Amino acid sequence: MQSTTLILSLILMAAAAFFFGRSRSLAVAGGPGHGALLHSLPGYYGYYVAIWALLPALLLLFAWVFIEPRVVIALVVSELPDSLQALPAGELNLLVNNIRNLAAGDVVSVDVDDSLRNAAAMYNEYTRIGQWLLTVLAAGLASLGGALAWRRIEPDLRARNRVEAVVRWLLIAASSIAILTTIGIVLSVLFEAIRFFQKVPMTEFLFGLNWSPQTAIRADQVGSSGSFGAVPLFTGTLLITAIAMVVAVPVGLMTAVYLAEYSSRRVRGITKPLLEVLAGIPTVVYGFFAALTVAPWVRTTGESLGFEVASESALAAGLVMGIMIIPLVSSLADDAINAVPSAMRDGALGLGSTRSEAMLHVILPAALPGIVGGVLLAVSRAIGETMIVVMAAGLAANLTANPFEAVTTVTVQIVTLLVGDQEFDSAKTLAAFALGLMLFIVTLCLNVIGLSVVRKYREQYD
Amino acid sequence: MSNPLTTREKVARGLGRRRRKEAVFKTIGLLATAVGVLFLGVFFATLVAKGSSAFQQTFVQLDIELSRDVIAPDGEIDLAFADFDGLVRTALRNEFPEVSGRSERRELYRLVSIGAGYQLRDLVAADPALVGTTQSLWVPASSNVDMLIKGNIDASLDASLRPLSDQQIDWIRKLQQDGRVDKQFNRALFTNGDSREPELAGIKGAMMGSFYMLLVTLVLSFPIGVAAAIYLEEFAPRNRWSDLIEVNINNLAAVPSIVFGLLGLAVFIDWMALPRSAPLVGGLVLTLLTLPVIIIASRAAIKAVPPSIREAALGLGASSTQVVFHHVLPLAMPGMLTGAIIGMSRALGESAPLLMIGMVAFIVDVPGSLTDPATALPVQIYLWADSPERAFAERTSAAIIVLLAFLLVMNLAAVILRKRMERKW
Repeated sequence: MQSTTLILSLILMAAAAFFFGRSRSLAVAGGPGHGALLHSLPGYYGYYVAIWALLPALLLLFAWVFIEPRVVIALVVSELPDSLQALPAGELNLLVNNIRNLAAGDVVSVDVDDSLRNAAAMYNEYTRIGQWLLTVLAAGLASLGGALAWRRIEPDLRARNRVEAVVRWLLIAASSIAILTTIGIVLSVLFEAIRFFQKVPMTEFLFGLNWSPQTAIRADQVGSSGSFGAVPLFTGTLLITAIAMVVAVPVGLMTAVYLAEYSSRRVRGITKPLLEVLAGIPTVVYGFFAALTVAPWVRTTGESLGFEVASESALAAGLVMGIMIIPLVSSLADDAINAVPSAMRDGALGLGSTRSEAMLHVILPAALPGIVGGVLLAVSRAIGETMIVVMAAGLAANLTANPFEAVTTVTVQIVTLLVGDQEFDSAKTLAAFALGLMLFIVTLCLNVIGLSVVRKYREQYD
Repeated sequence: MSNPLTTREKVARGLGRRRRKEAVFKTIGLLATAVGVLFLGVFFATLVAKGSSAFQQTFVQLDIELSRDVIAPDGEIDLAFADFDGLVRTALRNEFPEVSGRSERRELYRLVSIGAGYQLRDLVAADPALVGTTQSLWVPASSNVDMLIKGNIDASLDASLRPLSDQQIDWIRKLQQDGRVDKQFNRALFTNGDSREPELAGIKGAMMGSFYMLLVTLVLSFPIGVAAAIYLEEFAPRNRWSDLIEVNINNLAAVPSIVFGLLGLAVFIDWMALPRSAPLVGGLVLTLLTLPVIIIASRAAIKAVPPSIREAALGLGASSTQVVFHHVLPLAMPGMLTGAIIGMSRALGESAPLLMIGMVAFIVDVPGSLTDPATALPVQIYLWADSPERAFAERTSAAIIVLLAFLLVMNLAAVILRKRMERKW
């Protein structure tokens, strides 16, 4: 962890720069008693010097982290024998990995010969030189920046404004990370998906009825062409989501109604935190519960009623997912119900309606847009839910609407395609990104609509 | 209409029906509320019922001769190659001298975990003076014996239906009569990494992995989240750009976590070539995942600081940056910390994105740094839940109990912090 040491020493240097800058500002002002002659408080001169010492060096460090491995690899590869350099990109990659493993002293997957050993030694050598170079450069840049800033200190220097400008930019940078994340998601998923659609036509992916992504590892293997028709995955996802909604929407809604209209303050005080606990349980725990407790129960109950139930039935996964989503629905419905002006409720009660009539005929219709928005968010949550279905739903793609059969979902397939050993650019791996793109687009649409409906609705009654 | 009803009569007629409807509606509401609470009860009951036994483990007492011939054949103690397993086997043979025949003996050896050999090695390493003596030691029993003692294997079943033979059960009963079988606190669960043998598997590796990941997440997401919240609340002009950022943050909070895993795989591992399975990468992914949570909570905390504070500071000549960092931020800090804790507890329970970046590997070693291969507590739960052995199901429940205990502590801390520091203006 040499970079950690480097960052720590840079921070120490910045702290030193702060004190130098601060004392220098007092010195140029003519001693501690004359601080009022300065444009800014002495501390700001300290920060000014510290920023100049720290920021350029940190930028260098980050740039280095990105560039250095590539340069080292390029150098090592350029010194490999020509026969190895001429390898196709994939094999060359593998070779580089082996060199890296060898250099780190790990197990290597090929026979080690001299050229490889040389390359590994070279790799270690270049890395070592790189580390030294980085340390010297970063320390040099820090001292240089600090010294320059230190020399520029004079009573008229508007240190506070400059420091505040830097702070402002840092704040902007921090808030842009949210945008960068979204762009990163879109780009990373989109590029791989486009590569996938170059191998498999988009129409087959969107409308094909057969999903079996087992592609061959060797070219001469039997059954080498996988088929990538994603319709069974979409229907499977929809089936489980539908089951979850059948559980979550009525239960969540009625819970919100009961807590808002009927329950005593004490019951509400106990029930609400309990529902929050339900919302806070990790999904992997729900998955475990679904697979080991609910699924066998569904199976035995179903069979005693004369149904044929698969052990990984969609029903078990959907039921547990529905329970997981109850708190989300009930809290959003609660918000919507509370946003309805109490004058409407009072009016209905004043005209002689019972509480349930007021709720059913006045409050719920008025709260409907908010509730619908909340349900959309819940659907998006169910579609994107991963661990429950990975643990409790099946792997085989079945095109069925029977809740007792095993179906698979988009998220399950993403996980199974990406967990395990595979080449990064095989159609199988890329298919996961295509599925991820579909998932992102669908949930994004649901979220945007849901959030804007919920917000607009809230504003309407404010 | 020979007998027109007055309005009063019309209402009175319908009243019974309407009151019944009212009662039905109320009951449905009560039932719906009960569903959630009931599930919670059933859930915790099954969890405790299944998992509590994993905190204890069966040990067998054996008189093991730490023979000098085996441990130090050339006069020097040879920790790496000495046949400690052989010592355990000899002790078992001495306990049951009547057992002969290869397959019978092999069955006998299976009563004790292979961890017994490691235990002997550690013992000798810690105190070489023990070599040559005979020690009466409690060594871990194999997981099947453990299950039998805990009553998870039905001895009355036909021998072909259970993993222990009749003979093995007889031996165990004899050991039990001699008082040589006992259940003790399962220390291995908290001091070992993962293992293929259930009786040796522990969650320490996963806990350390989670710890390192949360460290990265906290160090990155808290400052960035607070900075972003400050900008959006205090400085951002109301324009398209800040609207876009706002919509974006709200959306990111609702993006499925697995998509963040895809991002991590493509950007951090494929493009930046960071190591697979490393807590560093996991922490980076979880940072992106928790940022929206922290930003939203921090904004709420900043909003709660009354404008009079800002105006007073401005009136005394503070710059807008000074107002924020000297006055608003300290007052909003408790709310921000609460948000951070809630964000961290969400990150601790998250597993789907970690599957994408290779943190599902079978890793025995306890990670010692940010770049060592590691797994996380929820992922360990997922891995164990997939294992067919009965004993792993029990351990899965125990790991879940530990995970939930951590989450509970974190959320309690958040609640207490909020109650303590909450200020009414």
